[in-house]
Amino acid sequence: MLPHAKDVESVGEAVQLAEVQGRSLWADARTRFFRNKAAVFGLILLVCVAIFAIFGGFFTQYERDVVDFSLMGANAYKGVPSFETGHYFGTDASGRDLYARIVQGTAISIMVGVVGATVAVIVGTLYGATAGYFGGRVDGIMMRTVDVLMSIPFMFVLILMLVIFGRSMFMLFLGIGLISWLDMARIARGQTLTIKNKEFVEVAHAIGVHPLKIILRHIVPNLLGIVAVYATLLVPQLIIFESFISFLGLGVQEPNTSLGALLSEGASNMFNGTIWQLQFPLIAFVFTIFAFFFVGDGLRDALDPKDR
Amino acid sequence: MSSPILSVKDLSVTFDVRRQGAWPWTPPRKLHAVSEMSFDLMPGQCLGVVGESGSGKSTLARAIVGTVPSSGGQINFEGADLASMDTRQRRVHRRDVQMIFQDPLAALNPRMTVGEIIAEPLITHEPATPRAEVKARVRELMERVGLLPNLINRYPHEFSGGQCQRIGIARALILKPKLVICDEPVSALDVSVQAQVVNLLMELQKDFNLSMIFIAHDLSVVKHISDEIIVMYLGRQMEKADAKTLTTAPEHPYSQALISSVPIPDPVLEKARVRPILDGELPSPLAPPSGCVFRTRCPKAQASCAGDRPVMQNLGNNHEVACPFHEPLQVLSIA
Repeated sequence: MLPHAKDVESVGEAVQLAEVQGRSLWADARTRFFRNKAAVFGLILLVCVAIFAIFGGFFTQYERDVVDFSLMGANAYKGVPSFETGHYFGTDASGRDLYARIVQGTAISIMVGVVGATVAVIVGTLYGATAGYFGGRVDGIMMRTVDVLMSIPFMFVLILMLVIFGRSMFMLFLGIGLISWLDMARIARGQTLTIKNKEFVEVAHAIGVHPLKIILRHIVPNLLGIVAVYATLLVPQLIIFESFISFLGLGVQEPNTSLGALLSEGASNMFNGTIWQLQFPLIAFVFTIFAFFFVGDGLRDALDPKDR
Repeated sequence: MSSPILSVKDLSVTFDVRRQGAWPWTPPRKLHAVSEMSFDLMPGQCLGVVGESGSGKSTLARAIVGTVPSSGGQINFEGADLASMDTRQRRVHRRDVQMIFQDPLAALNPRMTVGEIIAEPLITHEPATPRAEVKARVRELMERVGLLPNLINRYPHEFSGGQCQRIGIARALILKPKLVICDEPVSALDVSVQAQVVNLLMELQKDFNLSMIFIAHDLSVVKHISDEIIVMYLGRQMEKADAKTLTTAPEHPYSQALISSVPIPDPVLEKARVRPILDGELPSPLAPPSGCVFRTRCPKAQASCAGDRPVMQNLGNNHEVACPFHEPLQVLSIA
């Protein structure tokens, strides 16, 4: 049976009236990002590192904190990396499995970076956007506060905090969270100053939208491009920062570890014939940092091109 | 005669301008963007405002909408003075006064879909409206302004300038406001699209029974849509008359210069017309000339013009002019 002409027509009409999904600026940026080879490589590397950090522990029979006393002092020839013994990356100076320790070190380093960057994104963006949007005296007070906080040598304060309140993961996160948002607040404020003079913000004001809603609905989404770029570039910075703290022996405490602590230990045993104790943490460290930098650069290229 | 929907009395807007690097306690200089504007707008009428760039047209619009604080005078909207309201009361009143902006793309948030943009006034003022109804109203209005409703999920950068301006118009109309202020709504558009948008605005004005203030620097557009026209110069009104009188028989030397600058698409007529041409630039609104602000460029300026500020004289037939030496000049009517 032939379809009714009227039915055909109505089907055609329905097709024409079907809602077209628009291509958002985010979708555009995503396409550009995935066209960038280096960025995609960085992203794959990052995913690998993350998988390693999360699931790596299942592939070894050793615990990260079990000391093998038989290996102590005989590290240079008994703790050599080998598949036979199951110590893929060898052992550390106390005879603990280096593979398991690197898995944990990577996880903690990434966590420090991500937590710090998250704090920066949430606190810094909202703080900066608020200061920039209201302007005038509010802006003056808020940004001078940031200036004052920035002028404090934070490494010193962090070390003091870790000494006074005890060396714990929480203190470390707190310390890193405290400094990481300052730069972000400045960046977000600067961007807000340009965005708030655009007409669509004025329109929202004229419509009668509440100022806080204007910030959340109109300003923050337009900031997010820059914020995302800065956040991905902030993560490796924070990892390096945490590594430095751990290198000094103030960061993550035994039996937990981070890449910085592992590097520090490896560096001190450099001349004892156990070069793998430096080599493997370093590889993990460099991979992680590079992955983040590549992704950050890719994001910048993808999100930066002129607002259209 | 009914009472005016909008009645502006002696409205002034000044901005504080601080010199770069000045001490915080040095008094800022005053920029007089709008001075002593007075006019009435009847319901359902359209008031055109013309003047060159920098004459304070946009500031006037923003003061009425409320994005710029006024520094003197009254803005009576349906009897309530908007200028003396606090922010909260004013926010409620905003639903009746909407604005259409000059740059159609810049006035749309690039991260929001068209549907979200058009619905924003609705969800701001009637947050309880169910989603389905919001969507239905948005689609209905999109159709009304000549946009395909299936484009509801698209983003502003996917539209042309004319379409963007239609989106802006739909957003301004979704709350069924009583007064719409159009701030150069067609200046950024192609000439062919301009006509479409102006015609759409005229249609909508009739359908929704809107009162409108239409700002433009292009007299031929204003003349087409307005019932009455105000000519502004350096923040002051120079002349006010109904559209036909003003464009055919202006009395103020500035209006005459303004109207004769509009080209006539007929070479013979164009050559034959009288053209008072203005020299110089608009004086700085930081230090407006004493007396008549137009005297520095006026072909008829006399010594007395520097003295008192000329008041608006009523010539009858709703025609007012702020020049004591006014005389009719038969300018050729523009197309």
